[in-house]
Amino acid sequence: MFDLFKAKAEAVSAEVHRFATKKEGLDFIRQLMTTEGIADEPQSYAVWTECPFLEGVDRDELVKEFPGLKFNVTRTFAEQSKIGITQMHWGLANTGSVCQNSTPAEERLASSLSWIHVAILGTDQILPDMPTLLEKVDPKDCAYLAIISGPSRTADIERVLTIGVHGPQRLVVVCIDDLGGTN
Amino acid sequence: MSTFKDSVDKALNNPNLGGALGRFSEAYAVARLKAYEGIDIEALRNRVAAIKGYAAEHMEELAEQFTKMATARGAKVFRARSPQEAKEYIANLCREKGVKKIVKSKSMASEEIHLNEHLQKQGLTVNETDLGEWIIQLAGQKPSHMVMPAIHMTRDEVADLFSKEVDERLSNDIPKLVKVARKELRSKFLEADMGISGGNMAIAETGTIALVTNEGNARLTTSLPKIHVALVGLEKLVPTWADAAPILVALPKSATSQLLTSYVSLITGPTPNDDGSMKEMHIVLMDNRRSEMAADPVFKQALQCIRCASCLNVCPVYRLVGGHVFGHIYTGGIGTILTAWFDELKKSEDIQGLCIQCGKCKEICPGKIDIPGLILEIRRRLVQEQGQSVTQKAIFSVVNNRHLFHGMLRAASKAGKFMAKDGFIRHLPMFLSELSEFRSLPAIADKPFRDVFDTIKQPVLPGKVAFYAGCLIDFAYPEMGEKLVKILNKAGYNVTFPKGQTCCGAPARYNGAYEVAAGNATDNINALLEKDVDYVISACPTCTGALKHEFIDVYENLGQRDKLPKARRLATKTMDFSTFVKQLVDEGKLSFKEGVDLGKITYHDSCHLKRTLHAEKEPRQLLTQAGYEINEMFECDTCCGMGGSYSIKFPEISKPILTRKLTNIKATDCKTVAMDCPGCVMQIRGGFDKEGSKIQVKHTLELLADALK
Ligand code: SF4
Ligand code: SF4
Repeated sequence: MFDLFKAKAEAVSAEVHRFATKKEGLDFIRQLMTTEGIADEPQSYAVWTECPFLEGVDRDELVKEFPGLKFNVTRTFAEQSKIGITQMHWGLANTGSVCQNSTPAEERLASSLSWIHVAILGTDQILPDMPTLLEKVDPKDCAYLAIISGPSRTADIERVLTIGVHGPQRLVVVCIDDLGGTN
Repeated sequence: MSTFKDSVDKALNNPNLGGALGRFSEAYAVARLKAYEGIDIEALRNRVAAIKGYAAEHMEELAEQFTKMATARGAKVFRARSPQEAKEYIANLCREKGVKKIVKSKSMASEEIHLNEHLQKQGLTVNETDLGEWIIQLAGQKPSHMVMPAIHMTRDEVADLFSKEVDERLSNDIPKLVKVARKELRSKFLEADMGISGGNMAIAETGTIALVTNEGNARLTTSLPKIHVALVGLEKLVPTWADAAPILVALPKSATSQLLTSYVSLITGPTPNDDGSMKEMHIVLMDNRRSEMAADPVFKQALQCIRCASCLNVCPVYRLVGGHVFGHIYTGGIGTILTAWFDELKKSEDIQGLCIQCGKCKEICPGKIDIPGLILEIRRRLVQEQGQSVTQKAIFSVVNNRHLFHGMLRAASKAGKFMAKDGFIRHLPMFLSELSEFRSLPAIADKPFRDVFDTIKQPVLPGKVAFYAGCLIDFAYPEMGEKLVKILNKAGYNVTFPKGQTCCGAPARYNGAYEVAAGNATDNINALLEKDVDYVISACPTCTGALKHEFIDVYENLGQRDKLPKARRLATKTMDFSTFVKQLVDEGKLSFKEGVDLGKITYHDSCHLKRTLHAEKEPRQLLTQAGYEINEMFECDTCCGMGGSYSIKFPEISKPILTRKLTNIKATDCKTVAMDCPGCVMQIRGGFDKEGSKIQVKHTLELLADALK
């Protein structure tokens, strides 16, 4: 399932990385924040929404390392951020999509206003396809179901595909094998 | 010249438009198939059509259920009967809530009711945020394509518009222009008090609105402002949550050849704002004659549309003239139908004539809508409402009188210098001159087939076939008729030519004159069923389609039910030439000379043979068995531009469609092109003659005649 997911996601310009443990995943994200020059100034923030992945992670330690990292996801921080990190609930293998119950506003701010959306996903949460997802999700418990496939794109000028219109220019999917049960 | 004709000419002479649309439609055909790889398209289309068909039948019930469910989730649902009611509701809401600035994500329903203009008149600032919509908003235009609203504009034009907007000279670099849009619109998102979206679906069971987009603007529109208004037409209702899946599978593939768009959002009731308050969510369910449409036995199927616009992408006419000519807000074939309803029948009067009835759109529509059929129905209703024009009436009365028709055509072709040379008429007098401007016309035969027939000697054979010639074989290509008789004699069939046969009624039907078409049907049925025969065979797919399907359709349409049994009897006996001959070969009644290599040819699928009679394999198999190698041309099943009287009404459109076809044929390097329709032979042969090309244009039967034992 993962291989198909990765192939389809990459086909729509998403970047997919897979790690065995949370620690490796976290190291990757730290590395990304370093590369992107996350700093405590407008345009250089990173925002990270509340999620199971963060349980047991020493946030103070992280903020010390990256003063520009904000766990308090406000509109201003999100708008001025380079990276938005959210944990997704499901993946769809045959379209390479990541899906989330995005009812809390922060989830949508972080995943749509920043330049790079980092989507954390439990490798075992990858479902085969859209019909399976809709069977799994009950809209009673999910006012805003977001299904994201690749970065924001347009072909509205002379049909030339251009990445990064209103949403992120990069979608980085971080799959973690041992996230299990933290959905 | 009428202003409509002017706009057609202007579009045809716009190289940017033709170039952009042409390239797109070519790329689209390939990309779409790739997107559907591994998917049973037919099963999916059936599913989508069934879901949407059910929804149309139960529109009111689903609207009530949707209202109840969405209300229970905290949304306010307003049922707007008319555009006016929808506009006033939104304007009042703005007034009540002190809204000043609005951002919009793409909504065809809002274009339909000219919502922006209405809100701007109230002093509100309205910004489109979909890149294409924003471009046309800045340009003060209307969308020319339902999915890609600004496809008609070049990067230079966009650069000019953006330069004016940001007051800075911008280059035509597309990624840079996109960045400019992001920056400009980002601030508008952040300042907006209200976000207006459309809806790709409204799910009754759960009260959910589905939004399918690529840019991310719909996510911002539904997240940042504190008020979200979704303007949704009643045709967007689907019964259940699970029903959303097949539509979400089909829509992106048909619309943009994507497996899925970048963003799909399923929104069920209000969500929290980022300041902790709850969003206000209003859903305007708009009727604007949709319920009336649902109650119309013919037009209700138009509600199965999921607005993917693939019908435009494959349309040979749309890709030449674009949506500002072929359409009015809603564009192309389906746009014509929606215009006739959501606007008014009269508004579709000019544009409905642009459909050449090739059936390409019907073949791929995920909602399985018979778009050309519905356009004919519009034509019929227009004629009913306004009457046939005098000249058209005169033409039909001539066409219906065989002797007069032949005589007139002969007189025209013989008149002095218009004299036919080596089988072609290259110039015609006066009002007919446009006819021969881009293709030579066949000379009118000295003796029509009906007279030739009496001189053909046939042995006495066990089988009986009645031959239905149709105008072109009768008057222009009698030699095709002779060959057909020879072939069928070889298979053990005597051929009769019932003299009472007349025009198949297609010209009348295509012009909305159903009474005339019904008269043609009755005359032909009586003639063809007079003597008992095993089969009725025609070598013209349009005629075959008339005998097999349209006679029944015309009677049903006019409520002449007593005529149906005979029409059905004729239909079961009728077959097209290639399908019949394939059957004869399979039965061992005909066989080909062995071990011959006749060289390479290419094959042109005639619209009605492929899409009405579904005979695309038969002629190819026969020609291959005969010893030809078929080298397929690009777009082998795209219309040649003939379309019967279409090429008389719109020669300026018929011509470039033909040019494309000729180019595709030439690209195969074959010396011969085969086809099964004498109309296509006339168009393509005439086109090559005008070019001075030596490529042979043959009816399949002409090629088979010599290859059979
Ligand atoms: S009519 Fe069919 S092909 Fe055309 S937009 Fe509607 S669903 Fe798509
Ligand atoms: S039938 Fe052919 S010409 Fe008419 S709308 Fe469909 S594709 Fe276009």
